[in-house]
Amino acid sequence: MTTTITTTMIMTTSTTMLDDFLVRATLAGIGVALAAAPLGCFVVWRRMAYFGDATAHAAVLGVALSLALSISIFAGVLGVALVMALLVSGLSSRALAIDTMLGVLSHSALALGLVAVSLLEGVRLDLMSYLFGDILAVGRMDLAVIWAGALLVLGLMIWRWQALLAATLSSDLAHASGINPDRERLILTVALAVTVAVAIKVVGVLLIAAMLIIPAAGARPLARTPEGMGLMAAVIGVGAAVAGLQASAQFDTPAGPSIVCVAAVIFVLTQGLAGARGR
Amino acid sequence: MSGALIEAEHVSVTMGGHLALQHVDMEVRPGEIITVVGPNGSGKTTLLRALIGAVPLSAGQVSRADGLRIGYVPQKLSIDPTLPLTVERFLSLPVRRDAQARARALTQAGAAGLEQRQMSQLSGGQFQRVLLARALLEEPQLLVLDEPTTGLDQPGSAGFYRQIEALRGETGCAVLMVSHELHVVMSASDRVICLNGHVCCHGAPDVVASAPEYRALFGSGTGGALALYRHDHDHHHHHDHDHEHDHA
Repeated sequence: MTTTITTTMIMTTSTTMLDDFLVRATLAGIGVALAAAPLGCFVVWRRMAYFGDATAHAAVLGVALSLALSISIFAGVLGVALVMALLVSGLSSRALAIDTMLGVLSHSALALGLVAVSLLEGVRLDLMSYLFGDILAVGRMDLAVIWAGALLVLGLMIWRWQALLAATLSSDLAHASGINPDRERLILTVALAVTVAVAIKVVGVLLIAAMLIIPAAGARPLARTPEGMGLMAAVIGVGAAVAGLQASAQFDTPAGPSIVCVAAVIFVLTQGLAGARGR
Repeated sequence: MSGALIEAEHVSVTMGGHLALQHVDMEVRPGEIITVVGPNGSGKTTLLRALIGAVPLSAGQVSRADGLRIGYVPQKLSIDPTLPLTVERFLSLPVRRDAQARARALTQAGAAGLEQRQMSQLSGGQFQRVLLARALLEEPQLLVLDEPTTGLDQPGSAGFYRQIEALRGETGCAVLMVSHELHVVMSASDRVICLNGHVCCHGAPDVVASAPEYRALFGSGTGGALALYRHDHDHHHHHDHDHEHDHA
């Protein structure tokens, strides 16, 4: 008798908790922040910031394709982000002016996506929600997808951490130790595409790169080791997600941009801290 | 494989449409010190990278002894300033090592006590010694060094080469290195390979020093140090020109 009551109570509590859109949004934000933290460190260390942007911008095209083909947004975005990331990754091994190529690809994909969305007939699409995220509309299913993707990325990062670090330091050193740096780069590429696909709902296409780069950059002055930087980036990212959503609810500001603003403030603080310590 | 640790047979490498190495044959046997010399752009670094498997071969093959452990010391390693890295963390890449092993390797490389320093705060000489310590942690049968003393002053580089010789004596590992410092090469190597896109000549240091091909590259009658500077400025060698001893 007592047991039944307790179980029911717990179920009721958890149901009501997840029923709260702000709780769901916070959990979604935390999931994205956790995946973005270690990946973002590699994006910063390997100077792939523009690469992240290009992949994220291509996501709009993925949204258009998913709607046209009536497949899930997550699958469409993941597919297009993966193609874009592999394309860019393949180009970067050639001797082209990579920033120019990335600029062309990134903005062409964004423009093409925007045009494609407008051509879709019979679909009323709130484009803003994809450009800037719609974290407050995250449902239970979204939450499951976001956490599955985030755990996948986190698992990949932890599993390949040593090899990824060695390949990031020097591809020759990696080769000499029997590590294939091309494979490690491919793993980062896939992780990036998955992160873009799960983050689009949370912060939107235009701000995904911010979630990758700002927490990692903010963690740099506080860290002595790569692991320390990854952990600090996670702390900053999670903190920004929680505080940003609270601020958004309090001041009625858009959620995704509010999260990024908090992250930016933390970045400025840690940079200042480093400057003060330097003197 | 006739007991060689690593052997290159007719190795050719094309880089950016340009033939960087052609028909290179060489081998490294256990315990010997081999130095590769040659003018700038003669393919010295490319040869080392081909041996460790970092560049694809366009012809020929590289065979290694089973389970060969290579300790590689690159010419330079630029660590992005956004990557925080202590010396002890660097030594645990890509395989984690315990503190005792790290301390021992640092001592062997002449860099004891640097564990807690950031890589970015090391002097040029300390940095090279830490790179060497990391290579030693692989317990290498073959140590591959690409101009390990670039950026070191004269006493610094002399000390570094003494360390290498001492290590060879201690661990019995073979050493394959690229060097610009001909006087060091001639005194410290068992064999010298003179490279200019292809192997011009090779053998014991005194044999190579008197070979006409070597003299054509580095000049004759100097102890080495002068020739080091002369060959950079006086001669212009191209990889694609014809050699009288070209392979058929």
